[in-house]
Amino acid sequence: MAEYTLNTPLTDADVEKLKAGDVVFLNGTIYSARDAAHKKLMELLDAGKELPFDLKGAAIYYVGPSPAPPGRPIGAAGPTTSYRMDTYAPRLHSLGLKATIGKGKRSDEVKAAMREHTGVYFGATGGAGALLSNSIVESTVIAFEELGPEAIRAMKVKDFPLLVINDCHGGELYVKPRLDTAG
Amino acid sequence: MREIPVQDVIDAVAAMCIKANTELPDDVRAKFEQAMAEETSASAREVLRQLLENADLARDTKLPLCQDCGLAVFFVEVGDDVRVVGGNLREAINEGVRKGYADGFLRKSSCHPLTRANTGDGTPAIIHFDMVPGDKLKLVYMAKGGGSENMSRVTMLSPAQGWEGIKKFVVERVAEAGPNPCPPTVIGIGIGGTFDHSAKIAKQSLMRRLDDTHPDPDIAAREKELEDALNDLGIGPMGLGGKTTVLGVKITMEPCHLASLPLAVNVQCHSQRHEEVVL
Repeated sequence: MAEYTLNTPLTDADVEKLKAGDVVFLNGTIYSARDAAHKKLMELLDAGKELPFDLKGAAIYYVGPSPAPPGRPIGAAGPTTSYRMDTYAPRLHSLGLKATIGKGKRSDEVKAAMREHTGVYFGATGGAGALLSNSIVESTVIAFEELGPEAIRAMKVKDFPLLVINDCHGGELYVKPRLDTAG
Repeated sequence: MREIPVQDVIDAVAAMCIKANTELPDDVRAKFEQAMAEETSASAREVLRQLLENADLARDTKLPLCQDCGLAVFFVEVGDDVRVVGGNLREAINEGVRKGYADGFLRKSSCHPLTRANTGDGTPAIIHFDMVPGDKLKLVYMAKGGGSENMSRVTMLSPAQGWEGIKKFVVERVAEAGPNPCPPTVIGIGIGGTFDHSAKIAKQSLMRRLDDTHPDPDIAAREKELEDALNDLGIGPMGLGGKTTVLGVKITMEPCHLASLPLAVNVQCHSQRHEEVVL
């Protein structure tokens, strides 16, 4: 398993070299979006309108941070469970999205979209929200402020620690439960 | 009749919300350390290392352990010989939640189920009241995250399915949930009662300390049996594989209808954030 430092926007070459199990330290700008924000992004696309950020080479972080206390750019900011965004991810990958960051399993449709459009799914450690916030150096709400924690934020990250869960070659890191031996 | 000023309840609730969200309980920390000693896989150990570092950081900075500060769930025991004066107890608990979630910079995660509009202040809390003998007021709080709650299920088994059916359902539920609920999880199980009551006692089971032993030796043995079966799944910390899929299994069993065998499986994430106070 390899270790890489990557910068956004991500290129096809960045993604192609990644294999499930690799460790990636991500730098640059990533965009927070979860359930409600994704729904609104789809409405913009349906209406033929421009999205609040450029999808080309983008990384979306499935996160709804806690409020920033005085003196910090952001509150706790760990990943939310990704499958709820499975409905939306294939369409976004087809439009240039390169990476999603979350926790938990993805659907077959998302995995197929990542193979077809050279995308990658990163896992961040769920429940390590305080620790992960240390890698976010700036955070600005850029859309849907009314959604509060679910607003879209541009987050500047420095060496954000990630693990490749699903690569663009069909590899997956999550283990299959051993149902045959359990109990 | 003993009297408790309403402000005491508000202040106690606010303090509990902040403490539970920023300080990992000692029993949970001990389980992390025990798991760290037992795990041999590098990825499992790295996840546990990060979770311990996260707990230290949250304690030192007062950042929440997790951005999902949960829905505020309370189990309240009101003594027969005590009453709250100057206001209503339910409203006092909600006011304490408002205060704690605002003052502690905790995320407010309560929203309208269809419009998804955030209620803005973390309320309404989910509150279960019980009347007990004595002149004390006991408040137990849990920050219940959505990711693990989504992996929970209630089912109405047939009495013929018995313990084997219960065990099969629980194992399959945890297997299906896989990495989603932030394993290693704590599994609260409610057996018996009615459809609604099984879910309530499953959640109440999660309020127990991880290092306790059920006073009924039969139930204690079943908890151990399920814990071993779930850890045999090999899901491990964050689903990356390992020996620690659950930190504990806690069962509450109560009588049910002749025709029924209600079963509720309430999944809780690894941080098991809860606090209690007796006024």
